[in-house]
Amino acid sequence: MSTTDNNRAGFLAIELDGAGWDGADISRAVLAAESAGFHAATFTDAPAPGRANALQRAAFAGPVTRSIALVPEVDTVYTEPFHISTQLASLDYVSGGRAGWIATAAEAPGAAAAVGRPSVTGAALGQEAAASIEVSRRLWDSWEDDAVIRDVATGRYIDVDKLHYADFETPADFAGSGYSVKGPSIIPRPLQGQLPVLVPASLLGEVPADAVDAVLVSAPTPELLAAEVLDVRSRVGASVAVIAELDVVLDSRGQAAASRETAFDGGRAFAGTAAALTDFLESLLAAADGVRLHPASLALDLDELGRLVLPELRRRGALRPVLQDGTFRDLLGLERPASRYASAAAGTGK
Amino acid sequence: MTQHNRAKSDVFQPTGQIQFGVFFQGVNSGTIWKAAESGSQTDFESFRRIAQTAERGLFAAFFLGEGLRLREHLGRPHALDVVGRPDAQTMLAALASVTRNIGLVATQNTTYNDPADLAHRLASLDLISGGRAAWNIVTTDNAWTGANFRRGGYLDHADRYRHAEAFVETAKRIWDSWETPAGPARRVLHEGQHYTVDVTPRLPRSAQYRPVLFQAGDSPEGRNFAARQADVIFSAHPKFDDAVEFRKDLVERSVAAGRGANAVQIMPASEFILAATAQEAAEKKEWVRSLQIGPQQAIAYLEQFWGRELSAYDPDGPLPEIDPVVEETSETRGSGFHGAKARQLADQWRAEAKDKGLSIRQFVTSKTARIDATFTGSYTAVADHLAEYARTGAVDGFNISPWLVPTGLDDIVNHLVPELQERGVYPTEYGGSTLRENLGLDAPVRSSDEAAGAVRA
Repeated sequence: MSTTDNNRAGFLAIELDGAGWDGADISRAVLAAESAGFHAATFTDAPAPGRANALQRAAFAGPVTRSIALVPEVDTVYTEPFHISTQLASLDYVSGGRAGWIATAAEAPGAAAAVGRPSVTGAALGQEAAASIEVSRRLWDSWEDDAVIRDVATGRYIDVDKLHYADFETPADFAGSGYSVKGPSIIPRPLQGQLPVLVPASLLGEVPADAVDAVLVSAPTPELLAAEVLDVRSRVGASVAVIAELDVVLDSRGQAAASRETAFDGGRAFAGTAAALTDFLESLLAAADGVRLHPASLALDLDELGRLVLPELRRRGALRPVLQDGTFRDLLGLERPASRYASAAAGTGK
Repeated sequence: MTQHNRAKSDVFQPTGQIQFGVFFQGVNSGTIWKAAESGSQTDFESFRRIAQTAERGLFAAFFLGEGLRLREHLGRPHALDVVGRPDAQTMLAALASVTRNIGLVATQNTTYNDPADLAHRLASLDLISGGRAAWNIVTTDNAWTGANFRRGGYLDHADRYRHAEAFVETAKRIWDSWETPAGPARRVLHEGQHYTVDVTPRLPRSAQYRPVLFQAGDSPEGRNFAARQADVIFSAHPKFDDAVEFRKDLVERSVAAGRGANAVQIMPASEFILAATAQEAAEKKEWVRSLQIGPQQAIAYLEQFWGRELSAYDPDGPLPEIDPVVEETSETRGSGFHGAKARQLADQWRAEAKDKGLSIRQFVTSKTARIDATFTGSYTAVADHLAEYARTGAVDGFNISPWLVPTGLDDIVNHLVPELQERGVYPTEYGGSTLRENLGLDAPVRSSDEAAGAVRA
């Protein structure tokens, strides 16, 4: 990505974890984020009490929003890749092409016990993520764009030559239980062709950079973030977006950030005034393509961000325009790719 | 008499009412794609339009099927019917934000899902929708489907209901696990033949306590399973006499299971072809059938039993004299057919078609169209007929498959529903905000600590 014409302007995502499980709460939060001018909303799926499924929260938000990208976290280790692929493709349909995927793979003994599988650790986590991402990508391509032909004369609803088996097999050095996925997908190609895939930087290596569209980068303190961003950028090249992760707690309603109680680890979060955050984000966006904000309190910080921070960043030209009727790929500056199977067929003269 | 007493009685008492659900099919020949009005099968607007029309008609439920592998014909994806559909729960979560009252029913299998994960996602849908979620429980043991999943094919056909029942009971314990709406959660443990579960559930109970359970199996095993576990059975017996017989059978099973005569509701699958007059409806039916089973579909239908290409045969001519090349027939993979002696079947069908003077296309239409499930006629005549179901309690409602997407419910909602309301056999408003309330179901009994302990031991 790293759009050539718009180098300095970045995008902002906001994590809506605090929005709970109630439909009305989810709507309110995502509409507030959209009207505040955020480019993307993300939905954490941490195994903590009171959290509804992230992908469903994103799906619920689809029909009530117009421009904001909807990006759930979905685990790759203890889930069925075929289901995940279908669910994400469906999210793309219900959001009009505004879906993305934060593919996660974390040590989670609880998640392993819940499905009765051994707990996966270390490099095997990245292998699981890489395999699941590859399954989704193949299945998303398994229906070519023009596979549904509705040809009354020949009685064919689809052209079977434009459907393809994924025939995925886990590689020989796969540490977990190997598996295969046949395909094709049960849903036509997503509106975006391929959903943008985001991974935490910790999975890079096992997950090849060319398998992903963006990398999420965190650092022990806000001051170290820019250097970390540059380091990851040098590893992944210009075609992958680099997104900085930032916890924020702002002075709000007469209360100083330092005196607000939050769940953040000491030192990790940016704490201060809206004006100081604006300056900080402006400089951070000079290095990163985007920043994902994790507000300490959705109710308090989202309000400050929307009133004070985003308008000023926009005035300074640090933010890309919000896309009306665009896709998440458009936001990231990504072309809509052809199906890998379409070019293979053309190559063999089929 | 209160709902509570009615449900506990061992004597079946009709409510005098029927309700409607809508089943957005997504695959199969029932949905016409060849008409000018045929819309997209995947765009969100098609789903929104049908769900909102159904809600305008006070439908109790909107159903989605589940796809796990594309149907195949002679070794390739089946090309002639509508195919390709979204994930049920993802679509229903989106529809939850543009509807207010209608129930959202996801068909989900117990073979290629994990109980803790599926129970959590259904609980999420239930909470997000304000207590409108339901699970249509299906089983599958098909190794061919397993090729899309980590675990592959692993379940013997004979084990599928035993496996499904343990799965459902585990899911119920997960939904029951929060002591109060604020927590804390009770840990749920299950050790089964094919999986183990050890989970501390993340979500509280919903406004309807837990998702409503639908079940569609029709074998004696499937009926017993429904009698023990389900709230509603999605039956295959819409014809009046069959429906009465099925009700009798299910009441006996449900009483034997200790749940009383009224615990399980019945909603058969159905199709409506309606018009202002009987004559117009009959003409419409001809048109619908001709588009559901076109010439290519008729030939393809025979090919799956003959095991060979038959495209040289005239769809408007007699059945092929040539014999099948297979020993056992294998209907289009993915449709759950279990084979028959091919040669015998061919002889039988040829004789039947000859007797009745049917062409290939007419014969296939007679075999595939939902003859018993189709209500054809004027709005008033069909309303009179349905009122009889309501009066006798033959069914609790009908699960309607529209043959057109997305306008297929318009006739029903605009003309049939008002006729039924005039006859006093159809709701005039939603009974509440949850699916359980709208169906008139009791709150479930929480699975006891002792029961949980027994499974733990």
